[in-house]
Amino acid sequence: MMMNLKSAKTGGILVLCAVIAILPAFLSNAFQYEIAILIGFNAIVCIGLNLLIGYGGQISLGHGAFVGLGAYGSAILTMNQGWDPLLSMVIAAIFTGILAFVIARPILKLKGHYLAMATLGMGIIISIVINTEDQLTGGPDGMYVDGLSFMATQIYWYWLVGALLVFSVWASLNLIHSPIGRALRAVHGSEVAAEVVGVDTTQYKVLIFVVSAVFASIVGSFGVYYSNFVTPDIAGFFHSIELVVMVVFGGMASTFGAVIGAAILTTLPQFLTFLHDYEHLVFGLILMLTMIFLPKGLVPSIAGLLKKGDK
Amino acid sequence: MTLLKVNNLSIEFGGVRAIDDLSFTINSGTIHSIIGPNGAGKTTLFNLITGVYTPTSGTILYDDEGVTGFKSYELAARGMSRTFQNLQIFFNMTAIENVMVGAHLHLNRGFLASFFGLPSIKAGDRHCRETCLELLDFVGLKKYADIDTESMPYGALKRLEIARALASKPKILLLDEPAAGLNPAESREIDKVIKKVAERGITVVLVEHDMKMVMEISDHILVLDYGRKLTEGTALEVRNNPDVIAAYLGG
Ligand SMILES: Nc1ncnc2c1ncn2[C@@H]1O[C@H](COP(=O)(O)OP(=O)(O)OP(=O)(O)O)[C@@H](O)[C@H]1O
Ligand SMILES: [Mg+2]
Repeated sequence: MMMNLKSAKTGGILVLCAVIAILPAFLSNAFQYEIAILIGFNAIVCIGLNLLIGYGGQISLGHGAFVGLGAYGSAILTMNQGWDPLLSMVIAAIFTGILAFVIARPILKLKGHYLAMATLGMGIIISIVINTEDQLTGGPDGMYVDGLSFMATQIYWYWLVGALLVFSVWASLNLIHSPIGRALRAVHGSEVAAEVVGVDTTQYKVLIFVVSAVFASIVGSFGVYYSNFVTPDIAGFFHSIELVVMVVFGGMASTFGAVIGAAILTTLPQFLTFLHDYEHLVFGLILMLTMIFLPKGLVPSIAGLLKKGDK
Repeated sequence: MTLLKVNNLSIEFGGVRAIDDLSFTINSGTIHSIIGPNGAGKTTLFNLITGVYTPTSGTILYDDEGVTGFKSYELAARGMSRTFQNLQIFFNMTAIENVMVGAHLHLNRGFLASFFGLPSIKAGDRHCRETCLELLDFVGLKKYADIDTESMPYGALKRLEIARALASKPKILLLDEPAAGLNPAESREIDKVIKKVAERGITVVLVEHDMKMVMEISDHILVLDYGRKLTEGTALEVRNNPDVIAAYLGG
């Protein structure tokens, strides 16, 4: 069983590597590469968010704001301050991490609906600040940002994002199967039971909130270097909801579920462009149907069926 | 030697004193039972001792240290653990993982080492798994090791809580109705497990309604009624106390 666990982990990573390696054979134009790259970005945010939601059992309806902080942090430091893009990315991630740390304690004392409301409020505040500080951020019009000079073509980006994705999956699985990961799942399972065996539950909730925020921030930074442009939508409410739907749809407490959720829900809207105005509606519908028919999400539900089939 | 000393402990819930000016001591290396009718305050007392509740007044001294108001995880670090009357299992994990959470304090918990899956973390986990398997074996659950707790029977989950608590290497272990809801055969199993735990030198505090078990294994019994001490003493003393008989038969 221990071996099983290990092989499931390495097996999953190998499959992911194979998919990333083979996919270019099927991508024929820049638009398709664009979608593949977007899937990678979203998947990485979702892997971080899944640590918080799926494993730690804490909700966040404000993670778009952390992506936004990474994006704008990088944009402002490179364009307004003339800093090196990679340094800017690191500084933005540290800033986001510190901010997440400061607000985590009071927020994570809350439970259920209250936590949802608090993270929602936090996201809205950050979003408003980005919108109104137009001297710094360009306001609603957004901001142009230089790219990374060494990323000559879109293909480079494809491989970079692919590598980052594999790394994120690997690190997330490492974390989950470590004492920290078990403590985190214990917080989800029973806080009081975790505490009486020595788990400082608040500390772990804060830790994973910060980690997921830093994941989001780094993706925001890379995203802005990739697209050379950023608007406040990135930090908005709808983006936050989109991310949560990806995690829930793909499967809570499943790292590969987060990847698959991000892949499907990033691709789907491209096929639904004819109902563009109703995109939000479609997302809402998907969330509802998932909660009703696949409460554990896509990947865990399928895994459960396969397990039953085994017996 | 005194391990735990409770002085004038009280807690109020909306004006009701669930524990009312209670004082007693527990010596190390003993099996110390706490009995009393439903609603007497036994679970509340456990919650106070283990830091789940903060007392309204009174003090708790553990291992010569004032620990009133300490958090549960701070007490766990000092060697105190417990089980719950209403199961508190990590249902999102397998049996062995539940026990491994119990060993939390004794493992390397460095963030970067975990994130990068360093060999030290893997080696620590392998070793931890071995010792936790032994604990599962100790409570008779070895065959459930890699089973999802969701599909384990109730009686097994009761014992799983004991194994998890033991994994934290406690000096004192508080068991809240470990035999509740079990059939007689399962009760006898629990009975044996408790004795074996005590033989390891762990001080056991036991809340249990199964009087046969209590009378047989306790070194000392404290009787609670309406949050107050009715009496305390050896099994023989308590059994023949007229107040106890009145509280149980008249309550
Ligand atoms: N959190 C709480 N809020 C309000 N009242 C509480 C709380 N916890 C316990 N009580 C009250 O304290 C009293 C003692 O309850 P407790 O659960 O400690 O009894 P017990 O001796 O463990 O009973 P049982 O044998 O049924 O388990 C009860 O009247 C209960 O309603
Ligand atoms: Mg009780």
